[in-house]
Amino acid sequence: MIELLGVLILPVAGAAVLAALGHRSRAPEINVATSGLTFLSAAALTARVMSQGPLLALDRLFFVDSFNVFLVALTALVGLTTALFSRPYMRIEQAHGRLSAGRLRLYHSMFQLFMATMLTALLTNNMGILWVAMEAATLTTVLLVSLYRTPASLEAAWKYFILCGVGIAQALFGTILLYFAAEKVLGAGGGALLWTELESVKTQLEPTVLSLAFVFLLVGYGTKVGLAPLHNWLPDAHAEGPTPVSAVLSGLLLNVALYAVVRCKVLVQGAVDTPVAARLMMGFGLLSVVLAAFLLSRQKDVKRLFAYSSIEHMGIVTFAFGMGGAVANFAALLHMTVHSLTKSAIFFAVGHATQKTGTQLVDGIRGLVTLSPVIGWGLALGTLAILGMPPFGVFASEFLILTTAMREQPWATPLLLGALGLAFAAVFSKVQPMVFGEATGRRLPHRPAMVPVFVHLGLVLMLGVWIPPQLAEWYRQAARLIG
Amino acid sequence: MTHPPLYAQLINLGAAILLLLGFAMLSQRRVRTLIDLYAAQGLTLACGTAVVAYGTNQPHLYASTALTLALKVVLLPWLLHRLIRKLDVRWDVEGLINIPTTMLIGIVLVVFAFNLAVPISELASTVTRSTLGIAMATVLLSFLMMITRRKALPQVIGFLSMENGLFFAATSATYGMPMVVELGIALDVLVGMLILGVFFFQIREQFDSLDLKHLETLREDQEEQPGP
Repeated sequence: MIELLGVLILPVAGAAVLAALGHRSRAPEINVATSGLTFLSAAALTARVMSQGPLLALDRLFFVDSFNVFLVALTALVGLTTALFSRPYMRIEQAHGRLSAGRLRLYHSMFQLFMATMLTALLTNNMGILWVAMEAATLTTVLLVSLYRTPASLEAAWKYFILCGVGIAQALFGTILLYFAAEKVLGAGGGALLWTELESVKTQLEPTVLSLAFVFLLVGYGTKVGLAPLHNWLPDAHAEGPTPVSAVLSGLLLNVALYAVVRCKVLVQGAVDTPVAARLMMGFGLLSVVLAAFLLSRQKDVKRLFAYSSIEHMGIVTFAFGMGGAVANFAALLHMTVHSLTKSAIFFAVGHATQKTGTQLVDGIRGLVTLSPVIGWGLALGTLAILGMPPFGVFASEFLILTTAMREQPWATPLLLGALGLAFAAVFSKVQPMVFGEATGRRLPHRPAMVPVFVHLGLVLMLGVWIPPQLAEWYRQAARLIG
Repeated sequence: MTHPPLYAQLINLGAAILLLLGFAMLSQRRVRTLIDLYAAQGLTLACGTAVVAYGTNQPHLYASTALTLALKVVLLPWLLHRLIRKLDVRWDVEGLINIPTTMLIGIVLVVFAFNLAVPISELASTVTRSTLGIAMATVLLSFLMMITRRKALPQVIGFLSMENGLFFAATSATYGMPMVVELGIALDVLVGMLILGVFFFQIREQFDSLDLKHLETLREDQEEQPGP
């Protein structure tokens, strides 16, 4: 209980303190401390759920089970490492004259609010509050994407707001339809939107309404997942926002949005006999993988490159959840974890690399290994990990997804394999000269934070060779839950 | 054949007014009038909700009536008026939208919305179920407005009016969402509006106008020369 409140309240309190304190020089440390405390609460919550099973709290408004608890832990962890990374990163940006102290204040408090909205979205039991928290997550990041106030970043933020706003409006309609169907079974009032209640009566829900609701929910939350063809906002927002924001958008927000989709899918597949939800998710997922793979080779901006790679990986996970079944769900959950860790590590490395070379263009970044071995190797290893090289965890999850696809959806396997190959060629050929090759760069006024990168990559490596039995058990439980 | 009760007729009247306002917003070029139309839409919505609350004896709908009045009739229009005064775009007239074509597309959308609503309203047990089609039409018309407009403010008003349509859909299909959700949605809308206010000043500062064509030329350049 206290742990749950800690996870929910600490980021909000941190945001208030950071907004009130203003641009003191200690703000980055307070930011790290808040994220650290949030992470400790999340760890305590995880330990509690591990020992005592699912938890319903605060008048059934919050709910923790094996599916969301590991996402909460992951979100808090990446939040902490991003705060650690952004401490020197933002100071360097300030020293380079790209940001004023006032904007840093906005950045720090909005970062904590963003964490709060994502954790609320994960922990809430109410599908309506889930929607509210997702929309709030968009709102808190709009000003973060436009933090540099360059024409390009304003455009990216506007596009992000309008596209995600329209998308999330679809999800609201889907939620209304869900409530409409649930109200007939559970009666009017707050209880009819509680996921735990819905889950227990899912077989009695009206199938036509629920299939229609799922279409709207998938399109709505899918916009935030970055599923093609609604992915347009994603590369822009990632490329133009500050790098810590790109890291949390890719590493966390996409996961949270996908989490919302999966929660809805559980209800819909319980109510509807035909596999309409599964087919829709597989279709959207596959389309995203293929489209992103083709677009990867055309990217000239390194952050856009990795943003498209996020679309590709989210497509893979959505496809795997669409297939369903114990193995595919297990692999999808594992892939969510390793993608989140790897992609944020890559963005950390890319962030320092762009500061070192003063450009985000792939052609402008050369010889990172000679400039700074840690940044160079961090980016090289991160790229190898995200491309699915063994022994990293991404290989394990992709391997599981592909073998399951071969068995259950053989038609999709060549498409997936082709797209993965294409993505490999595109990303590798771009990153290789960035890491090696002739060096041009400048000295940074602060020491870059590379520890988070190697912590993340270390975890991904560990998950590739050995998944802790406790974690594997969670994944299994969650996979059963998702069905 | 008996006539439906008076309150049901009133609700239908309100729904019809809502649809008319949707078309009026679609064709309105003046930013200032657009805000007034948005306020009128909010007022119609509040009246409709109050009538539903009275007619069907749903006390919690009175709360959402009050919320709608406070937020969509008073607060948001006031914020928007203040915004256009500060940005000095009060007398802006938007050119270059082909109103007859837009209206024709709007009519097609309304027909589509009514068809889409049929299977749902058949299942609904509320007296207001016949207005679900109008609610969906309002959503689609606002969507059309967002697509056709080239300036930032009308797009945002379109977005807000889409939220009105969704609110009306919730009222007519289920007598409104649970209170906690409605409060959350209202909070999101308000915070969103405040953030957009800040954002507009940023756009203005950068481009000296709120015309979205500036944001579009950049979009094309981006492939060749991405940002710093």
